[in-house]
Amino acid sequence: MENKQELIHRLKEQIIKQLKLEDKKPEDIGDHDPLFIEGLGLDSIDALELIVLLQQEYNIKLRSAEEGQDVFRSVDTMADYILEHSA
Amino acid sequence: MEQDSIYITSAVVLRNGNIVKDGAVIFQAPEKGAAFLQAAYERVGIDYPRFYKMDLLSKTGTVAADILLKEQTRRSAGLYRPEETGMVLSNRNASIEADVQYLEASKAYPSPALFVYTLPNIVIGEISIRYKFKGENAFFISESFDAGWTHWYVTDLMQRGLLKACICGWIDVIGEQPDACLFLVERGAALTGSSFFTVENLDRIYNKDYGK
Repeated sequence: MENKQELIHRLKEQIIKQLKLEDKKPEDIGDHDPLFIEGLGLDSIDALELIVLLQQEYNIKLRSAEEGQDVFRSVDTMADYILEHSA
Repeated sequence: MEQDSIYITSAVVLRNGNIVKDGAVIFQAPEKGAAFLQAAYERVGIDYPRFYKMDLLSKTGTVAADILLKEQTRRSAGLYRPEETGMVLSNRNASIEADVQYLEASKAYPSPALFVYTLPNIVIGEISIRYKFKGENAFFISESFDAGWTHWYVTDLMQRGLLKACICGWIDVIGEQPDACLFLVERGAALTGSSFFTVENLDRIYNKDYGK
């Protein structure tokens, strides 16, 4: 199992690819930067794409939409969630 | 009388590897489809990250509208309220390119980001969001560009006082190739280089051959 820092880097690459953020590089995204509104400026469709990403790449399904607000706060919180829910 | 006339104040044709504004070729590239639009995006200097998320139809509309609306003094001077600028577009193939992409992607996982483009009028939404247009809009499907219908519909919107400016025309993607002809139509005094908003002028500009 990769460590958290490796996971964070991979997540950044996957987010850029999945959300077609072609003007961004992994190093442009801070580990704790907010993903929505003032940070990366993602929108509600992007949130759905992040849910798909979790299912597709990590086989993890969110328990509820409300849970997404905490999980998708930053790449760091996403990594924590993945590590917590990976078998 | 001129104050009440309706004019085509600018026109952009994006077809066969060329982008032509008001009769002058402003961009040419050998690339096809998405690569052509990407090259135009960079060359024209558009800075709009949403572009990367769009389907080909919306990318075509974004590039064409950006070029069409550059240096439009009346619009940039804030002469129109958001509600006074509208859009009337048409094409033959609706959103078929995005529809097929979504269908293919759905075999693995349905993509919400692809799904949102499975309607042709989304291109109107994308352009309206960027330029803050809030006026009347419509997207029609027809076999080919119908200058008579476009002229009648836009004239009606303007004569009833619903719009002062309108982007109208044709925007299609055929076999991943973009094909667009957008007109900026305004009511008021003539601007330099403008022509009367007539069926003949719409047809003349649309049908001008810029080569393969």
